[in-house]
Amino acid sequence: MSLDLIQVSITPPRGSRPLFRELSLSVPAGDVVTIMGPSGVGKSTLLDMLGGHLPHGFKASGRVSLNDRDVTRLPAEARQIGILFQDPLMFPHLSVGDNLAFGLARHVRGGSARRGAVEAALEQAGLAGLYERDPATLSGGQRTRAALMRAMLAEPLALLLDEPFSKLDTELRAEIRLFVFGHIRARGIPVLMVTHDESDAAVAGGAIVTL
Amino acid sequence: MRHDGRGLRLAVLAVVILGFVAPIFLGLWETVRAAVGVLPAIGARSPSLDPWRQLLALPGFATSVRLTLVTGFASTALALVLATGFSAAVQGRIGPHGGARMLAPFLAAPQAAMAIGLAFLISPSGWFARLLSPWATGWDRPPDLATVNDGWGAALILGLLIKEVPFLLLVILSALGQLPVRQHLAVGRALGYARGIIWIKVIMPQVYPLIRLPLFIVLAFALSVVDVAIILGPSNPPTLAVAVTRWYSAADVGLILPASAGALLQAAIVVAGILIWWCGERIAVRIGRWWVRRGERGRSAEPGLWALSALVMALMVLGALALAGLVVWSLAWRWTFPDALPESWSAGAWLAPSGGWGRALANTLVLGLATTAVSLSLAIAWLDAEDRARSARARWATALIYLPLLVPQIGFLYGLNVVFLRAGFSGGLVAVAWAQMLFVFPYVMIALSNPWKALDPRLTNTAAALGASPLRQLLAVKVPILTGPLLTAGAIGVSVSVAQYLPTLFMGAGRVATLTTEAVTLSSGSDRRVVGVYAVLLSALPFIAYAAAIVLPAIIHRGRRGLADDFR
Repeated sequence: MSLDLIQVSITPPRGSRPLFRELSLSVPAGDVVTIMGPSGVGKSTLLDMLGGHLPHGFKASGRVSLNDRDVTRLPAEARQIGILFQDPLMFPHLSVGDNLAFGLARHVRGGSARRGAVEAALEQAGLAGLYERDPATLSGGQRTRAALMRAMLAEPLALLLDEPFSKLDTELRAEIRLFVFGHIRARGIPVLMVTHDESDAAVAGGAIVTL
Repeated sequence: MRHDGRGLRLAVLAVVILGFVAPIFLGLWETVRAAVGVLPAIGARSPSLDPWRQLLALPGFATSVRLTLVTGFASTALALVLATGFSAAVQGRIGPHGGARMLAPFLAAPQAAMAIGLAFLISPSGWFARLLSPWATGWDRPPDLATVNDGWGAALILGLLIKEVPFLLLVILSALGQLPVRQHLAVGRALGYARGIIWIKVIMPQVYPLIRLPLFIVLAFALSVVDVAIILGPSNPPTLAVAVTRWYSAADVGLILPASAGALLQAAIVVAGILIWWCGERIAVRIGRWWVRRGERGRSAEPGLWALSALVMALMVLGALALAGLVVWSLAWRWTFPDALPESWSAGAWLAPSGGWGRALANTLVLGLATTAVSLSLAIAWLDAEDRARSARARWATALIYLPLLVPQIGFLYGLNVVFLRAGFSGGLVAVAWAQMLFVFPYVMIALSNPWKALDPRLTNTAAALGASPLRQLLAVKVPILTGPLLTAGAIGVSVSVAQYLPTLFMGAGRVATLTTEAVTLSSGSDRRVVGVYAVLLSALPFIAYAAAIVLPAIIHRGRRGLADDFR
């Protein structure tokens, strides 16, 4: 059970050189591997490639495999790789609960079962009773937790974190980081995190790769 | 001397209220009076409900109303679906600017010219029939099929789509520019959703509030359009707006009273149409929420998206062929039926301006330039007055600008004509120019407002600190920097003026012939070569205006790279 990158390299549109040196890497289940490096080196682009979200025009080579299944050619929606961005990106037209319901895996069937699963997730995230709330009225920390629950309810086989704590202030940051890592470890899935912050990497506890 | 521009503001407001708002209400008032049987000019003085009874009893009335509703709703809903599918398919590949360039020709071509070109294409003796005959169809003479003016209104819906889809596309592309589409798509796909489903469940619900007003304008346009419906729509009975126009222009003046009742009904249909659409939105929201909660990921909706974009591309090809067909027809001499191209060519129709198009062209040019010049001056005065007062625009002021675009033309134009007649200056160029200005000014104002507001205020502050008076700030700083947007707004003004049908018809009392009125009149059955000339000229004018708006700033501002981005 792992997320494996084999000789991965990405070239930007109209670019002649790859963004970074060819990268091979294995993220074991339950580990959080951190990728660091200067701005503009292509850390977020690497996550885009792994998740299947590369913008039109980028060229990628190499292979990505998840639990020994080659996902390189699969569309994003078939990879079962979750992602959390810098911004929580709650869908502004849906209530907090409906955002989570959007994420909840399809095999949970029936209105009340689905509602119950969402309520339970909200409670775990300390958001009990906020099903009908407009996500715009949540605090930054609440939104990040809700976004994590939304990603988790889809039962991903791996998770990508794109500087998920960089917009939180220092105090909140430590608290939310513990919350996120706690949840991820409980799932036992491979996690790849991009960050600028050394303390993120230290708390994550896994290997550190510099691009 | 006071510099807060209060005097200027009051003057502009007075002109707008007396010149634009008052005529609309006076026109509506006269229409209402005529609709209840009061029109002293034809000797009708006692109020009664007879005009309404007459209206209900007019032949084909119910069919007309049904046709109006069917073509209006069907074309608007189809246009929305097509434009959505296309923007979903091309998202990330075409930005707002690229989209605007691609769509410009379709937006610039006056709807009447486009409709005439389309009729040339799809009529039984049109280009398509010729290309397929006789080898595929076996026809050696035009078949007896109603492909244009069909009783269902299908040709009309197609003609409306060619104009509406590019407009909605432009609006949707610019709305998408304001949303984090890429990230939301990534989030949705990471949660296992197919692109098409994300588009429906996540992106469109966010786009919709941003395109709602333009969508209502499209719906109002589709429900009340006259010129396109005359050219492509069912002829007997026609849609309600066409029927009302016919009754107004009928030899029997007694029909003016039921026509006025019909005009009010037409206005009510537009209002009701918007309300119905709004109720549809509420229902769609409920269904959407239920669907989102079920969490269905959907299969790949790509095939559906690509099918929709193929249809949109087909529409655009149709539009381009329609415009090309106009040129070919205007130059044709002998062109017997199954031939794909004319046997012999002739510039005859072009070489006879005295046959009518010379005068129509002159009238169109005078009207276009005059209305645009006045509208631009007024818009500049309005915007500069806002600058001087350092205040944002009040909501009621915005409403004043939009008013003429939201009230259906036919609801007040005939009434306005009654007012003009009483004042003694109907039937001349001035009356027509005034009526056209009601529609030219709002578009010029809308086009100019955003670039004007986007001008860095520190530039004028700097000029003021250097001792420049407000007038000099306007003439020496703002106007030169905004040359591009000013010319673009002017081009929009010209194309709106050129395309006006009803205001010209009613206020001109049949004596002011423009390219649009002549082309629409001639479109039913006359010599296609002559109609082709009118329609080509009609579409050429806006193209020339837009081309000038692109080329002139580039020449004026050559060597000034800081202004290069302001061309748009």
